[in-house]
Amino acid sequence: MKHLISTRDLSRAEAIGLLDTTADMVEVRGRDVKKLPTLRGKTVANVFFEDSTRTRLSFEAAALALSADVSTLTAQGSSVSKGESLKDTLQTLEAMGADYIVLRHSHSGVAATVATSGWTDAHVINAGDGTHEHPTQALLDAFTMRSRLSGATARGAGLDGANVVIVGDIAHSRVARSNVWLLNTLGASVTLAAPKTLLPKDVTEWGVSTSLTLDEALDGDPDVVMTLRIQKERMSSGYFPSESEYSRFWGMTSDRSARLKDTAIVMHPGPMNRGLEIAGDVADSARSTVTEQVRNGVAARMAVLYTLTGVQS
Amino acid sequence: MTSLVVRGASILGGDTADIHVVDGVIVGVGAISEKADRTIDAAGLIALPGLVDLHTHLREPGGEASETILSGSRAAAAGGFTAVHAMANTSPVADTATLVERVFDQGVAAGFVEVRPIGAVTRNLDGEQLADIGAMAHSRARVTVFSDDGKCVGDSLLMRRALEYVSTFGGVIAQHAQDPRLTLGAQMNEGSVSAELGLQGWPAVAEDAIIARDVLLAESVGARLHVCHVSTAGAVEVVRWAKRRGIDVTAEVTPHHLLLSDENVRGYSPLFKVNPPLRTSEDVEALRAGVADGTIDVIATDHAPHSASAKDCTWADAAFGMVGLESALSLVHATLVNPGHVTWDGVARLLSTTPARIGRVEGYEHPLTTGSLANITLVDPSFLGEWGVDRLVGRSHNTPFGGLELPGRVMSTIFRGTETVIDGRIVDELRTA
Amino acid sequence: MARIVLTKPDIDRALTRIGHEIVESQRGRTGLIFLGIPTRGVFLARRLAEIVARIEPQEVAVGTLDVTMYRDDIQQKSTRATAPTDIPASGIDGTTVILVDDVLYSGRTVRAALDAITALGRPDVVRFAVLVDRGHRELPIRADFVGKNLPSALDERVNVSLTEVDGTDEVSIA
Repeated sequence: MKHLISTRDLSRAEAIGLLDTTADMVEVRGRDVKKLPTLRGKTVANVFFEDSTRTRLSFEAAALALSADVSTLTAQGSSVSKGESLKDTLQTLEAMGADYIVLRHSHSGVAATVATSGWTDAHVINAGDGTHEHPTQALLDAFTMRSRLSGATARGAGLDGANVVIVGDIAHSRVARSNVWLLNTLGASVTLAAPKTLLPKDVTEWGVSTSLTLDEALDGDPDVVMTLRIQKERMSSGYFPSESEYSRFWGMTSDRSARLKDTAIVMHPGPMNRGLEIAGDVADSARSTVTEQVRNGVAARMAVLYTLTGVQS
Repeated sequence: MTSLVVRGASILGGDTADIHVVDGVIVGVGAISEKADRTIDAAGLIALPGLVDLHTHLREPGGEASETILSGSRAAAAGGFTAVHAMANTSPVADTATLVERVFDQGVAAGFVEVRPIGAVTRNLDGEQLADIGAMAHSRARVTVFSDDGKCVGDSLLMRRALEYVSTFGGVIAQHAQDPRLTLGAQMNEGSVSAELGLQGWPAVAEDAIIARDVLLAESVGARLHVCHVSTAGAVEVVRWAKRRGIDVTAEVTPHHLLLSDENVRGYSPLFKVNPPLRTSEDVEALRAGVADGTIDVIATDHAPHSASAKDCTWADAAFGMVGLESALSLVHATLVNPGHVTWDGVARLLSTTPARIGRVEGYEHPLTTGSLANITLVDPSFLGEWGVDRLVGRSHNTPFGGLELPGRVMSTIFRGTETVIDGRIVDELRTA
Repeated sequence: MARIVLTKPDIDRALTRIGHEIVESQRGRTGLIFLGIPTRGVFLARRLAEIVARIEPQEVAVGTLDVTMYRDDIQQKSTRATAPTDIPASGIDGTTVILVDDVLYSGRTVRAALDAITALGRPDVVRFAVLVDRGHRELPIRADFVGKNLPSALDERVNVSLTEVDGTDEVSIA
């Protein structure tokens, strides 16, 4: 594996290997000395054309924990967000010796283009490209699910038989896409719940089932309910009429949480709109994995950085 | 007096004959015994009438970094064309008599093909006020085709007025059918591939609905309508319905829409970014069937040159369009002739006779017959070779076909008796024979 | 053609001898922790811990120490899977750590293990026990307890099989 662009590219063995390494990195994160010498002398460039403080900090923490040098470039809204300049920017980073480029961009496909363009020899890690993919988020999500659902016996296991509902703005969600591919690979069954306006027009090839309301999806007795952040701008563009209507049909409310089986978990990639896609008390309940997800994020990104490092066979 | 004899060509893919050309006019087809200044050995080659493109972006004025009237004319000749229609979306836009005459004159000066300017429908393509349609029609350039191509005439009232006004001068509107609101921010065909790639979808209905509206408008005002680059199965169905109803509509399809599909977009290579977008393989099949049954009248290239930097970038930042003049005939060969949808006779109709009739280009009415202008294209149908940028003659290299094995090769192009392509190579300088 | 150099009884005898040597070297010190290096070192560590506890009943802890992320050839080799590190909850400060591995070759694994231990705490003593020492050291490292010295050529492969992993106890060279 030279780059991580899409969870679609991961075999089951590779995906499980990444989850197992993530588990090992969680153990390292629990030590007094949290640093590993693994990437000493290497440079990780965080290139964020779209602002995301959380993801950027998580990747920085992961790179530092592996003793890499970190340089960060945020270029949101500047002239650098134009394509030609992107090429120039990346070639500059290449010339400065970046070994890994962690790339966040508001346009779908940018990470794939950078990885295949010949603009750089560095490892490219997709930290979110438009409405396409966010593979490290899916890895940390899958790891969180596996830890909660299988506990100590999780090593080497997938998510076979797990019933996962993803609810919200699927059409515009890179988190949903990366999760769907990875969950399929790991053997989980996925149900997408959203109004038709927020479902992609054609998901026949996705290997998922769809429900038009969250209640209908919850009838399937899920092990996991993953709520997605809803952009409030979608209201003015006619995707749904109001916050109260969204919350009524697709919000993870306390009543809906009470319907879930005891072992079921509720996830959210953050940042949350409390009271809209997820009720505040659900987010703070024992079901919620929100803070675990953040914690596991650093370990998952360490696992990715390490796994890309070896010589390509 | 200058003369030329083409020896032993298969006329329109049929019987073998010689073609005798004197002073730019065909004076005999059959067994020619006369000596001539030039003789072309055409054994094994198919003789077609010079090809006529109804949809070419020559980029001049304003986009000379990607193409000029001269470089685009040479690319056209290399592809077997003897006439092209230069789209109006230049900078400034071709919306006045002065501007279309300038394009026309530069076409004459270049001399490789007949350059027929297309006039804008609306001033500056802004979709608000009609351009100087009458003045352009009555100019030295004798404009007959009007188009805002690149943009759709979206306003229904304006489209109605444009159809009525253009028909006053015997012209035709070539509509770029794309509902602007339904395609806001659209990046590729809407479907399972766009869903997966997370690229904003471009629904087929945005094309189909405009064509449906326009054929009904054309019918109601009794005007002629030409539909540019039809790309969906639904659009083919609408045009088929309109023709059955007797509406005066013609439709074109591009060679790339006959070959490529949205599956090609999976790698996000900007070379496959084009407007209208590459559709599904079912659409491709419907387009081929539409050509085969006569619903589609014309193959037009939508040759859209772009500089390297407009394509060596991310998908979202890349420009829409691909070059197509040089590859058009090979693609038609691969997608229509080889599968048996059309014969070479049909190729002549799709790429020469019919586009000439729609654009009112003279001299193509009776292809390869005595008395016609000597616009002749000789194709080697047995050739099979890897396509690459080395086959491109124009100024830009944005072809998506690199690496494909494509059949057929233009060995000779004769424009009004003058050879523009000799032995498969574009001539550097025109020698009037 | 593989040649068997140690059979099951040979391995048992070697481990028992190492156990006695470890007990002797302890000279009354307590707090003994066996840290096996995955994969086969882990099982050898468990066996040695049992043997030592039999010889001289005492609290003997066993753990595993993954050294993958401390290796110096991460950039040069294809990516190795990491393995869990598992040390007693009380930590390794002030203890005697016996590192255990199946084969000692270049010495680079032991070098990585010493770094890994440093990140986990500060034992009083660190010693190294190995089933087979095949020579060809690339670093100034030696084992404290050796089951069998096995001179080998560089192009030979030394293969350790253990019942827990491979279904049989055997050391072969090929």
